[in-house]
Amino acid sequence: MTVDTVGRFERALEGLEVGLERVPAAEATDRIEPIVQEPAVGAPLPFEGVALPDSVMTAPTNRELEAAETGVTPVGFAIAEYGSVAVESTADGAEPISLYPERHVAVVAESDVVPDISAGFDRLADGFADGRDSVVFATGRSATADMGDLVHGVHGPGDVHVIVLEDR
Amino acid sequence: MAQRTRSQQADRIRHLLETEGEAIHAHASASNARRYETYGTTDDLEALRTEARAIKEDAIDRLPDLIETVRAAVEENGGTVYVADDAADANAYVADVVESRTDANGTTGDGDTPSVVKSKSMTTEEIDLNEGLEAEGIDVTETDLGEWVLQVADDTPSHIVGPAMHISRPEIAELFNERFDPDEPFETAEELTRFARDHLGEHIRAADVGITGANFIVADSGTITLITNEGNARKCAVTPDTHVAIAGVEKLIPTLSDLEPFVDIIAKSATGQPISQYVTMLSPPTDSPTLDFDSPDESITAGGEPADEMGNPDRDFHLVLLDNGRMDMREDDQLRETLYCIRCGACSNSCANFQSVGGHGFGGETYSGGIATGWEAGVHGQESAAEFNDLCTGCSRCVDACPVKIDIPWINTVVRDRVNRSGESESYDFLVDGLTPDEEAGGIDPGKRFFGNIGTVAKAASATAPVSNWLADAGPVRGLLERTLGIDRRRDLPSFQRESLVDWFEDRGGADASRRRAERAASRVDASDGDTALDREVLLYPDVYTNYVDVDRGKAAVRTLEALGVPVRVPDLPESGRAALSQGMIATADRQASRLYAALAEDLDAGRDVVVIEPSDLAAVHREYERLLPEGSVERLRANSYEICEYVYGLLENGADPSALSTGDGAEPVAYHSHCQQRTLDLEAPTVAVLERCGYAPETSSAECCGMAGSFGYKREYYELSMDVGERLASEVEGAETVVASGTSCGDQFETLLEREVPHPIELLAPGGYRA
Repeated sequence: MTVDTVGRFERALEGLEVGLERVPAAEATDRIEPIVQEPAVGAPLPFEGVALPDSVMTAPTNRELEAAETGVTPVGFAIAEYGSVAVESTADGAEPISLYPERHVAVVAESDVVPDISAGFDRLADGFADGRDSVVFATGRSATADMGDLVHGVHGPGDVHVIVLEDR
Repeated sequence: MAQRTRSQQADRIRHLLETEGEAIHAHASASNARRYETYGTTDDLEALRTEARAIKEDAIDRLPDLIETVRAAVEENGGTVYVADDAADANAYVADVVESRTDANGTTGDGDTPSVVKSKSMTTEEIDLNEGLEAEGIDVTETDLGEWVLQVADDTPSHIVGPAMHISRPEIAELFNERFDPDEPFETAEELTRFARDHLGEHIRAADVGITGANFIVADSGTITLITNEGNARKCAVTPDTHVAIAGVEKLIPTLSDLEPFVDIIAKSATGQPISQYVTMLSPPTDSPTLDFDSPDESITAGGEPADEMGNPDRDFHLVLLDNGRMDMREDDQLRETLYCIRCGACSNSCANFQSVGGHGFGGETYSGGIATGWEAGVHGQESAAEFNDLCTGCSRCVDACPVKIDIPWINTVVRDRVNRSGESESYDFLVDGLTPDEEAGGIDPGKRFFGNIGTVAKAASATAPVSNWLADAGPVRGLLERTLGIDRRRDLPSFQRESLVDWFEDRGGADASRRRAERAASRVDASDGDTALDREVLLYPDVYTNYVDVDRGKAAVRTLEALGVPVRVPDLPESGRAALSQGMIATADRQASRLYAALAEDLDAGRDVVVIEPSDLAAVHREYERLLPEGSVERLRANSYEICEYVYGLLENGADPSALSTGDGAEPVAYHSHCQQRTLDLEAPTVAVLERCGYAPETSSAECCGMAGSFGYKREYYELSMDVGERLASEVEGAETVVASGTSCGDQFETLLEREVPHPIELLAPGGYRA
């Protein structure tokens, strides 16, 4: 996608207090590493030449998932307009890994950042046709105002970072 | 449940104003303000609303087919669909699912009581699911923080979206400190939230079954959509191996592409967010691994790979579609629209009465706010709707807020009409029978019948003024009016004028004299300027209040039009039906609409413009007449009728000279409260523009309504609520030297609260000026 789209994505995330880093695939592992607070769990990253940092456990046990401070997952695509990332329900546990830990690091290929919700629904429809028919549009941090004032980090992460792979 | 008496209702409302009003107002008005902001920055908002509406109309139309489509889709995915006829049926099915699950697999976590975690769902409130499951020995924990506060407090939702909106942070802290006895007492929202997260997290990890609602269900893929900010619905759906989603049948939409406008608009209308934090679209059973925290050292991915298209084989999914009256609502031409509701709460947030009392006052057994009348009448029965339906004053502000364009005031009018017709004949009927030659059957509340026939009452009172005014103000008479008609004795009654506007107009020479005056004014302008041939003629509608009570604004309108070179006629015309509609007397309104149209037909054919001063009468013609007259008649009326300042704006835009009017110095501040229904007709702006053109600097109010709303503020049981709403509006304008208001009711309310004259804008503008 165009740099403009990524710029729009970044501005939307800024409003949501979500950090965005744009990195080449070859440097992704090193750039993810300092964002990860241990213990960390993750779902394998399907991008060519990109691996999870060693500190991130895949296929975690239930105990490890519960104890994890950080969850690193790929996302199918992202919607620049709203700063949303599309977390897919996959057998490697991306959905609970993106949800349980206090910090979520979402990794997306730049070519998968689409401009608006309409383009997002086109991508969603493509995925549905391929059998990837359970997806969460996650936008910013988990929040509630039910206890009288706005608080972040309720049932989901209170801290979210997005890594955009500029050459993927 | 028997309906409350006036005095019980007054006590209840007073109690809610004192105990819950402040917290409700803070939250509901903030959401409303954010909605305005977000709607304002959404370019394609109208297209989005229109599309969402069309999808719902189509989906409800083919609902039986969609049920079969979703059944096939969910079964193909490996899940089960159950259509429940009513609450008992749904609750029994869910209890059975929980019991089968725990019989087969044992219970998760400590102890052997089956446990369920739930995300927020109004539909499960409707069927009292928690009570139903608990009666079967199943533990239920609400995981939405607001719902959990209510569960701890043993309270009920006061708002469709923010169920615990009525409880303030200090009250929650006090409740939790008492119940959970922490080492350090809770104080901040942060502390309370952290505690709730940890406490509820344990429950979720140990639950046997997760229950969610569904905001939308895509029929052809079996996809349920859950909209949350906290993430609890995701967690309830993904953690236990068994997921039950419960939703009304009306949540079905045909395809995935139909989901897009709803995902785009629901957070905007609900809370003013561009999109909610989590839009969860699941086609269960999903591929996500189930999480068994009883086996902490087992890998989450050990449970087995997904088998083909069937999701994780450990997962079990049940979709419960609830009828509970909905299929009958679908057959009901008036209630059907209720089924388009997406439960966003925008009608509550935009409602001045709701902002003051919340859903415990403006709500029935389950639902709250304007749309609740339709829901309660449909799922719990008319009696439940009758309890609170009068809280809808028909102000129509929700009409602009509703993301699917439901005519919520009309649903309220219809249900009020049905409630009127279901009542027992009352002993006070004789009092109004003589005065009220209406179309209504006996049994209607005498107060409603009195206000619904206000035109007849006003005519009689005017004919006998000032004696009728003295009499009406006498103590014993006020006592009688309060006891019989429910007119609160604290409220000043309108002062009827002996000379009506129509009589005044005839006395000064009628239409011929008006034409001469207009020609004289035009020739003065022509002499100086040359080219202002406004070939128009106005028929000024003498609405009941302008004709008999607030005659001055009628005179000001006549003088203004003449000064701008436009001749006027003010014939005696039938009532518009507005008063009858506000009391739910549709048959009477229908007859009046027909009569008014018949009376105006010749003038319309003659090319005269119909100009209306009272916005509520114009709103009846432009909105409700759609329901009462043939389309062609409504179109003809709509195209040729105008609000007075809108009309003046048009004249000025077409060359009329504002110097003939009373103009300000260019920056003279004026506080202007438009009328609620006028705003819904998008007619606030023309008045603002005219005031600006004439040298004033108008500041508009932000309160949605004045709280008087025709007869509402006169009624004993609503007097205090009306004053509460009015005080908020008054506090916005009290510092202004000049306050103007377009509606009679608004003016009356202001004059009571500000203790000074509050004219119509046309009185400020009329030649000679208001203060002259």
